[in-house]
Amino acid sequence: MAEQNRHIAFICSKGDLDMAYPALVMGWAALGNGIDVTIFFTFWGMDMIRKSRQDHLEIAPLANTAMKFSMMGVKGVDNAGIPNFMGGLPGMTAFATKLMKDKMEKLGVPTVKEYLEMLVDGGANLYACKMSVDMFDLKKEDMVDGVKAIVTAGDFMDMTEGAQIIFI
Amino acid sequence: MATLTIAGKTVQVNDEGFLTNPAEWTKEIGAEIAKQEGIAELSEAQWKVIDWARGAAQGGKSPTLRQITTGVNITTKDLFTLFPKGPAKKVAHIAGLGKPEGCV
Repeated sequence: MAEQNRHIAFICSKGDLDMAYPALVMGWAALGNGIDVTIFFTFWGMDMIRKSRQDHLEIAPLANTAMKFSMMGVKGVDNAGIPNFMGGLPGMTAFATKLMKDKMEKLGVPTVKEYLEMLVDGGANLYACKMSVDMFDLKKEDMVDGVKAIVTAGDFMDMTEGAQIIFI
Repeated sequence: MATLTIAGKTVQVNDEGFLTNPAEWTKEIGAEIAKQEGIAELSEAQWKVIDWARGAAQGGKSPTLRQITTGVNITTKDLFTLFPKGPAKKVAHIAGLGKPEGCV
């Protein structure tokens, strides 16, 4: 029997900016190392592949206990948190999102859209979850070009036989 | 540290067979490793990537894929066509460099 190539499948279930990146970064690294990559987008993760949404993912400071003032460039206060009531103020989510985007741009990290294009060009297979598509009233046209098909959970199981699966 | 005799030269390699001293690399060694990686003869376009990676290497580490596509001015698709199934590893291996340190 021919040796099967290593295969990693990511399930992206989150639509927050920070939660979009793990699969993108690891998927890209996998492709660079010759590993097959499948990404299945479900629930809020659908926003990563929705044309109208993918450039507008955000990160909310509210209820995020890891988000500290030090992330805003305030030095020497690694454990000083942003109080939750502040996170609830209008504009705080936009502010935190801008901080993260600026930082990533400075580091040369591609945007979600660009990263997904790179992944598709590198041979990754992207699929949208049928149940999420129905729930959010979406059509294939609402999604970016790289998405191969809308598939069921059962299809996903079939196409990831033998793969390592990472749920995000 | 293990050594390997390749293209008539003895070089130092790590566990994965990557050269640990980029200065020991020659074009003949690159061509020989390419064969091991399934590329019978490196084309001009493939050499362009290898040469650029060697020039751009910092501390003996290969540049990242994105640095390569930007630096050589080729598309991601082209890079994956030139070095199918793992361009990051293949470019580093053939160019006698360490694996890239960056993630993108």
